[in-house]
Amino acid sequence: MAVAASSRAPLTWAVHIAALLLVALWVFPTFGLFVSSVRDKDQIAVSGWWTALTSSTQNQVTRAPGADGQIERDGVFVIAGNVLEGGSGSVSHFGFSSRAPTDFEAGEVATLRDGSELTVQEDGSFEITANEAFTKSRGQRIFYTATAPPRFTLDNYATVIGAENLGQSFINSMTVTIPATVIPILIAAFAAYALAWMRFPGRALLIAGVVGLLVVPLQMSLIPLLSAYNTIGAFFGVPAKTYLGIWLAHTGFGLPLAIYLLRNYIAGLPSEIMESARVDGANDFLIFVKIVLPLSFPALASFAIFQFLWVWNDLLVAMVFLGAQDDELVLTGRLVNLLGSRGGDWEILTASAFITIIVPLLVFFSLQRYLVRGLLAGSVKGG
Amino acid sequence: MGQLLSALVIMILGVGGCALYFLGSNVLLDKLYPAKGQDTEVASRNINRVNSIRPWLFLGPAVLFLTAYLIYPVFDSLRLSFHDRSGDTFVGLGNYIWMVNDPLFRESMFNNMLWLIVVPTAATFFGLVIAAVTDRIWWGNIAKSLIFMPMAISFVGASVIWKFVYDYRGEGSEQIGILNAVVTAFGGAPQAWITLPFWNNFFLMVILIWIQTGFAMVILSAALRGISEETIEAAVIDGANPVQIFFKIMIPQIWGTIAVVWTTITILVLKVFDIVLAMTNGQWNSQVLANLMFDWMFRGGGDFGRGAAIAIVIMVLVIPIMVWNIRRANAEMEGR
Repeated sequence: MAVAASSRAPLTWAVHIAALLLVALWVFPTFGLFVSSVRDKDQIAVSGWWTALTSSTQNQVTRAPGADGQIERDGVFVIAGNVLEGGSGSVSHFGFSSRAPTDFEAGEVATLRDGSELTVQEDGSFEITANEAFTKSRGQRIFYTATAPPRFTLDNYATVIGAENLGQSFINSMTVTIPATVIPILIAAFAAYALAWMRFPGRALLIAGVVGLLVVPLQMSLIPLLSAYNTIGAFFGVPAKTYLGIWLAHTGFGLPLAIYLLRNYIAGLPSEIMESARVDGANDFLIFVKIVLPLSFPALASFAIFQFLWVWNDLLVAMVFLGAQDDELVLTGRLVNLLGSRGGDWEILTASAFITIIVPLLVFFSLQRYLVRGLLAGSVKGG
Repeated sequence: MGQLLSALVIMILGVGGCALYFLGSNVLLDKLYPAKGQDTEVASRNINRVNSIRPWLFLGPAVLFLTAYLIYPVFDSLRLSFHDRSGDTFVGLGNYIWMVNDPLFRESMFNNMLWLIVVPTAATFFGLVIAAVTDRIWWGNIAKSLIFMPMAISFVGASVIWKFVYDYRGEGSEQIGILNAVVTAFGGAPQAWITLPFWNNFFLMVILIWIQTGFAMVILSAALRGISEETIEAAVIDGANPVQIFFKIMIPQIWGTIAVVWTTITILVLKVFDIVLAMTNGQWNSQVLANLMFDWMFRGGGDFGRGAAIAIVIMVLVIPIMVWNIRRANAEMEGR
């Protein structure tokens, strides 16, 4: 036993470290997205998010004011300003040509090609001095290397919610999701009770049918439904792509899982309760409404969470059954569009992505219990 | 905001309408065939009638929805797959012949097979390992919760997250994608990962594995806990080490659950669409069936014949699993 005990400790450590590594691997990508979404957009572009807490060094260029900006001071003509434009940070090097952008240290005096002198201080303030008046209307370019302290901001969120119209998409997603989550529940619950506790010919076949429909790919339904919607829309003179259409579609697609999950749960309720109610003269309708429905709350909650996550995160159904106009896009559709149009603008993409995933994440962390229970009911126990 | 309000109204109307239907139809049934206040013979006949009609009142809306949204479309897709792009002219096997000869379809088929082999295997493997590891530590539930989290993230959101991981900047400039940063830190050359033909498939698969491992972990963890203590104690007494216990005692007892996890992820992989659309849209040899189908559905006004034919291929690939599921469900019901 002594041998076993001593070999146990290193193993326990190995388990802890392995778990820590795996968790880090799984969390890191999302964490990076979140950190980036609150960083300053210039800093995102030049340094990795893991350096967010350290100062970042950037090589930048600015243009001094032209001849209009000069003032005369003691017979010397001066153009002055600040390369950092009031931002915080410090300048370490500067230069005046793109070939040698870091030739001079901050505080040194550089002689420009036309004989005037340029100096940039550490705080970013610069002066160009000459004995004769400046004539060129285009100002001198100044290259500088600035070290900026970490900057965190919510500007990215303000930008995407306003200018990129994510606010509208958020409302659209809500509009699609809420009815599409709630409507199937009652329909499925009644069907599940019938399949679990009522005797009628064809019951086994129907259950097998529901199990089969669980895995029918959505792709099978898209084209026939799209053309049916088009026909119906043309017949009644209404648009084919409406919220009503997508609510009904999500209801139809969600029903197999709903019926399956609820049937498993309801079939597992003790039969004594139902028999005693029947003896008291209650019919199936009363038994279902008064006894089974309240008892099934955990299963109903599980399904509601599944359906909510599935509808909120869905892209395919929304792309097919909702329009692609700017004011009609749901969050996932908007995000795909942004990936195309703002491919490299990570401050836009990270903030947008975070807005699209925040609601499911909140639902997930607050109602995880029901989600896990539903998953287990759906897969382990089976029929 | 008005839109949201109307959604809420619709939700209440929808639920209210359903409730009204169920209540009304059942009350009507009881009124039509009353069980009380009649002589015994009529009453018992009425009870029988009610009992044979009521199930269909309960099932009615569900059957209607399933028929309209899933069963009818399967047959209509089959019909459309033998017709031309508009769905009017019969072309026989034309779409299927086109498909076999289309290099893009073959590429999608090949990639889908890669996905089918790699993703379910990797997700199940990681899920099993993580379940086994986290069951032994005191902060296991927190760890599980964090690894389960990607399940809540949409495929598109996950694609953005990982595109950021794979981000590529030209050699010499500062890498802001963590993968390239790690590669350059070890002295390698940065790569535009998602544009490398063949290998980019694997970089896309990582995203789905990342999402699905949590699912596998939750289910396998429950199965591992269901293993009887006695078998493990017996193995310990016989001198088995932890690794042997895991592979020789625990794994064989949860084969059934592993199969369920595996097939569930397989079905998901067959339908994978969002990730490919968001990451590459099928460029650089990364096309898959579901994205190809979507492409044909809308390309140049839409070719419903070819789109439907590709959907049928996905369906055919799903059928073996469907049959297996139905058999399993039937067997379990008989055992009840």
